[in-house]
Amino acid sequence: MRYNWNWGILFQDPYFEWLITGIEWTLIVSSLAWILAFSLGSLVGVMRTLPQRLPRAIGAAYVELFRNVPLLVQMFIWFYVMPELVPDDLGRWIKRDMPYPEATSAILCLGTYTASRVAEQVRAGIESIPRGQRMAGLAMGLRTWQVYRYLLIPVGYRIIVPPMTSEFLTIFKNSSLALTIGVGEVLMQARQIENYTFQGFEAFTAATIIYVAVTLVVVAVMARVEVKTRIPGYGVRKGR
Amino acid sequence: MIDFDFNAIIRNLPYLWQGMQLSLLLTGLAAAGSIVLGTILALMRLSGVRLFQWIGTAWVNFFRSLPLLLVIFWFYFLVPMVVQRQVDAFNSALIGFVLFEAAYYCEIMRSGILSISRGQAWAGYALGLRYSQTMRYVVLPQAFRNMLPILLTQTIILFQDTSLVFVVGLADFMTSAVTVAQRDSRLLELYTFTALVYFAMCYGASAYVKQLQKKIHR
Amino acid sequence: MIEISNINKWFGSFHVLKNCSTQVAKGEVVVICGPSGSGKSTLIKCVNGLEPFQEGTITVNDISVGGKGTDLSKLRAHIGMVFQNFELFPHMTAMQNICLGQTKVLGRSTTEAQDRANALLQRVGLGELGYKYPAELSGGQQQRVAIARALAMDPIAMLFDEPTSALDPEMINEVLDVMQELARSGMTMMVVTHEMGFARRVADRVIFMDQGEIVEDATKDDFFTRSRSERAQLFLSKILQH
Repeated sequence: MRYNWNWGILFQDPYFEWLITGIEWTLIVSSLAWILAFSLGSLVGVMRTLPQRLPRAIGAAYVELFRNVPLLVQMFIWFYVMPELVPDDLGRWIKRDMPYPEATSAILCLGTYTASRVAEQVRAGIESIPRGQRMAGLAMGLRTWQVYRYLLIPVGYRIIVPPMTSEFLTIFKNSSLALTIGVGEVLMQARQIENYTFQGFEAFTAATIIYVAVTLVVVAVMARVEVKTRIPGYGVRKGR
Repeated sequence: MIDFDFNAIIRNLPYLWQGMQLSLLLTGLAAAGSIVLGTILALMRLSGVRLFQWIGTAWVNFFRSLPLLLVIFWFYFLVPMVVQRQVDAFNSALIGFVLFEAAYYCEIMRSGILSISRGQAWAGYALGLRYSQTMRYVVLPQAFRNMLPILLTQTIILFQDTSLVFVVGLADFMTSAVTVAQRDSRLLELYTFTALVYFAMCYGASAYVKQLQKKIHR
Repeated sequence: MIEISNINKWFGSFHVLKNCSTQVAKGEVVVICGPSGSGKSTLIKCVNGLEPFQEGTITVNDISVGGKGTDLSKLRAHIGMVFQNFELFPHMTAMQNICLGQTKVLGRSTTEAQDRANALLQRVGLGELGYKYPAELSGGQQQRVAIARALAMDPIAMLFDEPTSALDPEMINEVLDVMQELARSGMTMMVVTHEMGFARRVADRVIFMDQGEIVEDATKDDFFTRSRSERAQLFLSKILQH
């Protein structure tokens, strides 16, 4: 195996800067997409637990639609097809004036897709709360929205802190797909370094370390969040 | 208004079908390989031998913290370098998928094995079966059966993931659709069609898995 | 005060409640007993509309529970309910559990709610434990907090759905004592329970249900001395052996 090692290349101009830019884009795209995924996913997830049939059906349709189409296809649809499907004026604006069209499409794509996964977690969290809790809330005269606001959501969200962590990591890893529509995130930069320097080993190692490092940090932070939000004594089953 | 050209799809169907065959082949081989490897990793994690446990755990945590896309690039770049000759993108992608997905299948098999009561293994040993026999004839068949719906669901995800070989130009269904779309300038038609095909297949398959789940849990 | 007339309810094709009628007067304590699956829990949950029913009417203080225009939340705010599994809210302390309905439904100020909660915790014998989370309390203590939570709403009537069934035997009496004290103070109560000792001591009337029907609806003395139906006698003989 003949290969000219050159680890120093990663710290040379402009390659080092490329990696930093890549990290920035990865973090920007994943964080904004996460905000969208979390809020939209919460809404859809709650809809699926409501007593009325219509919101349940809408929520279910949303989840099925987004999780049964590969993310890459969704990425292309957001970027190439959406501008053609929306009303002409909006389409023209998207094509000509929308700032950062690639990143914006990527954020919308990752956000709406991950929302379907978040929704399933939220639903599972709320459904894992015994039915009696909902009844007890209603029995004291709370209205349905109050039952969600004060009882189901506070408890349900504590239950789903661990799966939510892994959903965030999913969005972070999936943000690499944004390179297919031209967002300069970490992996795109690593590949570009390979193309320019043929030092693929170094470039991909750098990307690997970045992904592993961010994962470790997020896991550590969320472990703290989990401890902070834990309900005293809850979850430890005692004999009644 | 949008003019939707169905002909753009119809005249390219044979080409797209070839791509789909490659997608299915890749899915099948990758699933088979990574279920086997994943089961071995699961047994390592549960073996009680410190070294094996460490390897299994490290494997799972390492691959689960990486994007699949990076793994695909790695092996596309690495495999030819290691074997010192040109390698078909299919083989390097297949290796990448097996090693990567094994981490996910490992966790499924692990919880499957843990779901079997210890008494089953004890009963196996009591009959004089060795560890490997107990696993092969007693524990794994039950674990596999219990986990079948989840294994299949993971395989549906794997099928969707195979679309990522687009980045190394392997002519699967996705890549074929993109090729045609760009050549004929028919992005709207081809991407919509691609989405619909994937949706129909994955939705159908997961509906089947749901049925199966009901059957197993009855 | 509570009028139940000709209630019919189905779960799918399963007929859970068959033509049930009874009434509870102000200040009356009515115990509902019967074998499990007889529909008694379902019946009591119909009274505050937690379970919908298909036929018949229930009125509480002349307000129709199943009526189209009825504001169920408003009605429920005045009917206290105590559940088999306590159903305290796990993420709130005992104090917060008792204050939630007072502040969010009745619109009381936090200090007012807390004063009331403290008084009620004293009344159920848990004066010092308001800061504890439910999972840190014993079953009997949790159920007493649940009773205090219901009383904090100043209910006109209290519904108890098997309040002692989930308790270890040594904790049953501490809950029954609180209920007995409540009954003595003139509270209108409907109690689903197997505790026949409690029924003997406290009840004015006893209803016996079996297979979705009200089989007996009699004064306490009549029920225990001359039950007419065989089913009730069989039930009593089984349960009183212990």
